[in-house]
Amino acid sequence: MINQGADGELSPSTDGNAAIGGRALKARLRRAERMRKVAAFGLVAPLLLFVIVSFALPIAGMLWRSVEDTEVSSVMPRTIAALKGWGGQDLPSEEVYRAAARDLAEARANGTASAAARRLNYDINGFRTLIMTAARKAPSADEADIRAAFVALDARWGERETWAAVKRASGPLTDFYLLAAVDLQHDASGSIVHVPEERAIYLDVLGRTFRISLTVTLLSLFMAFPVAYLMSTQPAKVANLLMILVLLPFWTSLLVRTAAWVVLLQNEGLVNRLLVWMGVIDAPIRLIYNSIGVHVAMTHVLLPFMILPLYSTMKAIKPHYMRAAISLGAPPAVAFVRVYLPQCLPGIAAGCLLVFILAIGYYITPALVGGAGDQMLSYFIAFYTTDSVNWGMASALGAVLLATTMVLYGVYSRLVGDGAIKMG
Amino acid sequence: MVGGDVLVRFSMVQKTYDGEALVVKNLDLDIHRGEFLTLLGPSGSGKTTTLMMLAGFEVPTYGEITLNGKAINSLPPHKRNIGMVFQNYALFPHMTVAQNVAFPLEVRKVPKAEIGAKVAHALDMVQLAEFGKRRPAQLSGGQQQRVALARALVFDPELVLMDEPLGALDKQLREHMQMEIKHLHERLGITVVYVTHDQSEALTMSDRVAVFHGGVIQQIAAPDILYEQPKNAFVANFIGENNNLHGRIETIDGDRCTVVLDGGARVQATRVNVYGADMPTVLSIRPERLYIGDSPTDVTNRLTGTVVESIYLGDHLRVVMEVPGGSSLMIKMQARPNLSQPKPGDRIELSFRAEDCHAHAPLKVAAGDA
Ligand SMILES: Nc1ncnc2c1ncn2[C@@H]1O[C@H](COP(=O)(O)OP(=O)(O)OP(=O)(O)O)[C@@H](O)[C@H]1O
Ligand SMILES: [Mg+2]
Repeated sequence: MINQGADGELSPSTDGNAAIGGRALKARLRRAERMRKVAAFGLVAPLLLFVIVSFALPIAGMLWRSVEDTEVSSVMPRTIAALKGWGGQDLPSEEVYRAAARDLAEARANGTASAAARRLNYDINGFRTLIMTAARKAPSADEADIRAAFVALDARWGERETWAAVKRASGPLTDFYLLAAVDLQHDASGSIVHVPEERAIYLDVLGRTFRISLTVTLLSLFMAFPVAYLMSTQPAKVANLLMILVLLPFWTSLLVRTAAWVVLLQNEGLVNRLLVWMGVIDAPIRLIYNSIGVHVAMTHVLLPFMILPLYSTMKAIKPHYMRAAISLGAPPAVAFVRVYLPQCLPGIAAGCLLVFILAIGYYITPALVGGAGDQMLSYFIAFYTTDSVNWGMASALGAVLLATTMVLYGVYSRLVGDGAIKMG
Repeated sequence: MVGGDVLVRFSMVQKTYDGEALVVKNLDLDIHRGEFLTLLGPSGSGKTTTLMMLAGFEVPTYGEITLNGKAINSLPPHKRNIGMVFQNYALFPHMTVAQNVAFPLEVRKVPKAEIGAKVAHALDMVQLAEFGKRRPAQLSGGQQQRVALARALVFDPELVLMDEPLGALDKQLREHMQMEIKHLHERLGITVVYVTHDQSEALTMSDRVAVFHGGVIQQIAAPDILYEQPKNAFVANFIGENNNLHGRIETIDGDRCTVVLDGGARVQATRVNVYGADMPTVLSIRPERLYIGDSPTDVTNRLTGTVVESIYLGDHLRVVMEVPGGSSLMIKMQARPNLSQPKPGDRIELSFRAEDCHAHAPLKVAAGDA
């Protein structure tokens, strides 16, 4: 054998040393290691702090908000306490009604009734007016037939379902938002059921979100692969130029890029006119405010995130592998599939993951170039945070998105192999 | 070996990459079946280019290459059935050693059952039978190169090309691998075209060596002929150690000539590529063919010079002398017990035979006309 050069050097006789000074040596090693660890920690501390404050805490906050439920219990504490013993079989006792009368009167005085009204309205439509009316004209708690007085105000006070909703909202934790985010709810008896057809939208939206993201990822992959390949095979000068072209979109705002697609794809836009002029179509076709627009614009926006990891992996694959494969008798196509492609896999895996995850959270682009039926989950999250200020629902949708994404990532990393994802 | 039938023939092959400079100029080369031919030359002399044209990765700009009598200019590389070993091994990193070696068989659609046996045999041949399951990254450089060798040989190619396959190895390993490759060649009876710029490697391994310079083969011959009868000043200087003495031809007489050295002395030399009187010439003499003190009886030339340096190296003695005309000569003499070592400043006589002293045209002219 021929390894003298590599393995032949004599190791100093360590056995004697180890016996005498083993313990001290270990302590010294530990101390040295500790210093290194402290130094390393010092270096990452600022970033770690930043990540915790700007990333981990908000996510934890979001998860918390998706299960937190204190609006009703803070406005109507007596009612909630009185409802504790209620089984839900028949109407609650008069005690509950009296407690509600006191709570509502107080809420009216403090101006807090609307918070509870809004929360209960998420559960049952029309609850807001029910509560607000009751707060305004709350029967006196000393009324003889308090129950009749409430029913006189609104017949719904005489229904079990109304009180069940109040009890469900008694907090402090609830699965209401999370269930709603996947089109489920509790019925009056407390079991989990599907929401009525006309209100079931989120599973659809979730499915659409993943479908669009997947399509966009695949489109990006097919378009980015040849570009990255070209870049990796060109001399530095050409490759740099191509790289600048690839990165150019990053220099303009996302909004501008998306708006540009509106201009290009509209009925009188460049693309339609070109197609008509070439005789491919007779009349302009609808390319925007539908799923075509969403796919085109999103693919364009996300393409660089596919090209960059692909390029960096391909750049590292030396051309002599292909030559070797061909010299060994593989036709170029076979050499490509069996030798080149497998070595690209880490880049493909990283690019797909990056694009897919970015796509899943996309909001602006589909909002601007999509139709009503092309909105993705983020649209609804934005709607709940900005329009209806329903933080619970927004957080629950976010949590569902996060959970699904993590599950998919788990499956994905199992599929492509743990170490295979390489960002650069 | 040498003189067998022709396997590969380059006729009038030229190659340019940029349309301006010819990297390979009018190459005529016959490679015989079963021989070990080495392309030797300095960096940039066109060795790799020649090899790549043979492998099919570069297209000759002009001329024809035939393999087994058939022109292969337009035959794509994967159909040439030529084994190839690269300097950087080019083992596929995502495959195990065994998968690497199986690759050429798989793409040739060899039945599965046969593949296993052939791979085992090939790995055995390079003494790596136990390493089949490892990844290339888990092997040392020498082991990787042997895998590359096994992979290039496993499909029984007639012709194997190697481009500086040992360039990345350290000296000891390189010498070991040289012998291993040489023995494989002898055992398998394949034809090997080997590229190197290490002359001792070329001399050790080859049946014939083609010395490249400036895209031209300066000389192609067996190692001993290359050393003893260099065809021009470039070969004389490139192969082995050499002394140069400058002068002018006085007379030519058959394969002998008389040369007047720049220092005024007149010597007899063997004529190589000088054609007329009064032509400038470079005389090449090997250091071990210069004698001081005792000399063979048939020496014809004597010069007197001053010792500049004298170094004792155990088995031999190196003496540097300056002779009239300003040239310095290196003399290598056998060390013996009780040898009186010349000292710097001594004026002594040195002698050499006419047949050991080759009169070449000076280098620039030689490179142009060869
Ligand atoms: N792909 C290429 N494009 C342009 N010029 C090239 C290319 N490959 C080689 N050359 C040029 O051709 C000349 C010969 O190169 P070649 O690689 O054949 O030399 P070599 O003898 O193998 O040298 P080395 O010992 O350094 O490997 C060099 O001047 C080189 O710069
Ligand atoms: Mg080379």
